[in-house]
Amino acid sequence: MIAQQVINGLMLGGIYVLIAVAFTLAIGVLNFLNFSIPGTFMIGGMLSWAMLKVGWHWTFAFSAALLCAAFVGLLVYWLTYRPAKNSDPEVPLVSSLGFLVLVENIAIIYLGSDQQSFPQVLADFNMRIGPVVIGGAQLISLVVSLGVVFGLSIFLKKSNAGRRIRAIAENRDTAALLGVNVGRLVPQLFVFNALFTALGGILFAISYLQVSPFMGENLGFKGVSAMIIGGMGSIWGAIIGGLLIGLVEVLSIQSLGSDFVNICVYGLLLVLLIVRPEGLLGKPAARDKL
Amino acid sequence: MSGYHLGLLVLLSFNVIAAYAVYLPLAAGQLNLGIAGFMVVGAYAASYLNNEMGWPVAGAIACGGALAAAVALLVAIPILRTHGIYLALATFALGQVIAAIFLNLEVVGGASGYPVTAHIGAVAVVGTAVGVIAFMALLSTTRFALYLTAVKSDPLVSDLMGINIRFIKVAAFTLGAAVAGVGGGLYAHYFNYIEAQYFSVMLSVYTVLYVLLGGTQTVWGPLVGAVIFTLMPELLRASAQWRYALFAIFIILFMAARPQGLITAGVGGYLRKRFSREAV
Repeated sequence: MIAQQVINGLMLGGIYVLIAVAFTLAIGVLNFLNFSIPGTFMIGGMLSWAMLKVGWHWTFAFSAALLCAAFVGLLVYWLTYRPAKNSDPEVPLVSSLGFLVLVENIAIIYLGSDQQSFPQVLADFNMRIGPVVIGGAQLISLVVSLGVVFGLSIFLKKSNAGRRIRAIAENRDTAALLGVNVGRLVPQLFVFNALFTALGGILFAISYLQVSPFMGENLGFKGVSAMIIGGMGSIWGAIIGGLLIGLVEVLSIQSLGSDFVNICVYGLLLVLLIVRPEGLLGKPAARDKL
Repeated sequence: MSGYHLGLLVLLSFNVIAAYAVYLPLAAGQLNLGIAGFMVVGAYAASYLNNEMGWPVAGAIACGGALAAAVALLVAIPILRTHGIYLALATFALGQVIAAIFLNLEVVGGASGYPVTAHIGAVAVVGTAVGVIAFMALLSTTRFALYLTAVKSDPLVSDLMGINIRFIKVAAFTLGAAVAGVGGGLYAHYFNYIEAQYFSVMLSVYTVLYVLLGGTQTVWGPLVGAVIFTLMPELLRASAQWRYALFAIFIILFMAARPQGLITAGVGGYLRKRFSREAV
């Protein structure tokens, strides 16, 4: 039974990993806590649902959702990050929260505030290993999310563009001086970030077969917690944090009941922030921006 | 005054109280994303004292505020070790944890909510809001307000100048929580029913958003922000969801164009100049 719960927790954690990695990229490279990420997560799930409902093939529906999320990511760059470069540190955070509020309410207006059941895209199949049942859709989404994150990690380490991104993370001005086209790379990063989280939203919808306009708020904030717990700016930290949050959530439902999830998850975050603010794998905060 | 206008005024009063609860720590550079958590403490404590212990309403609400302040004081010491994003997220987590605890507290009804028997009229709510505004205006003329600005602008230099930064930070955080607690207590006794779900993250987020819209440089910014947040959707006659969507668009554009908020120290000076010229 415990083994089953651990598996379930890791599956759920896979979704959190994607969100946490997106947050960690934004904070590590741009030093910007991008609170619109839960919004793009919700777009990924909700818009695919809406498009599937009007009869689109799933490839088109998912592409539309990804495209829309990418557009929102670009908007966030234009309206939040660019104007706020030299202002008070809380301004970009607040403005990106504004984006979250905006996309959430637009989704409610056009798609309703109810929880919707997501049609089954993948054939329903389960794997059994002894007493443990592994849902096929969940397994695929865990594999996809971890695969994407590993791919990203290698991309950042090995590729030329990855090296440029890390240069910006190290020092923006020096990177610009050394010929990195910061003005082009940063919007690309925003789009990439939005695609990443929207993919998370789609994977969540596929594996748990439910979407709602509030899914970003519910899961996205846990993704932030995962990022903080793992350590800001660290991809491996985000992976560990995401899986840990998933485990804590599932195990607390199992042993205490679903009303205690928030106490356990956010209690863990609170304790960790007080005891070890830099997170499990993070370096002690050298640069600090809100 | 019609019932509609009275209702609007009461709503405005609640928003104003919440706004100042956010403003105080923000003036010292702390972004408190867990203000709803302190409201929930005030609301439940006041209702419980009034319902079960038979305390008078005013005493119960005051005690609710004091309890919220006590919780804030208790957590301020570990929490204010963190700063910047870490502090914002710690307060966010704190708000979530507090609300979730009350959601599971069977003695105050758990998830089904908690009915409150004693009722207070609109006058008490509006009066308290005016009192809070007066208190903040008074506070802004003291050295304490200067200390807050100093700590926000440059903690290191203000420390060198002999300001007890830790004390100022804890005081701002605690005082803000007390105001939030009183607001929660008033809310409980005005609507005679509370549920922990109402005091969600989004409530904290909206409050922070309209305070920053008004601007945190002067004491009048939060008031203006609360007025805009309350009245703009009424004037637009929009539905509940459109009001938030429009507000969000407004916030995004505003932060891009005028990130320091609507009311800045400069605006006050400009008005004063105009005013004195007309007086002459």
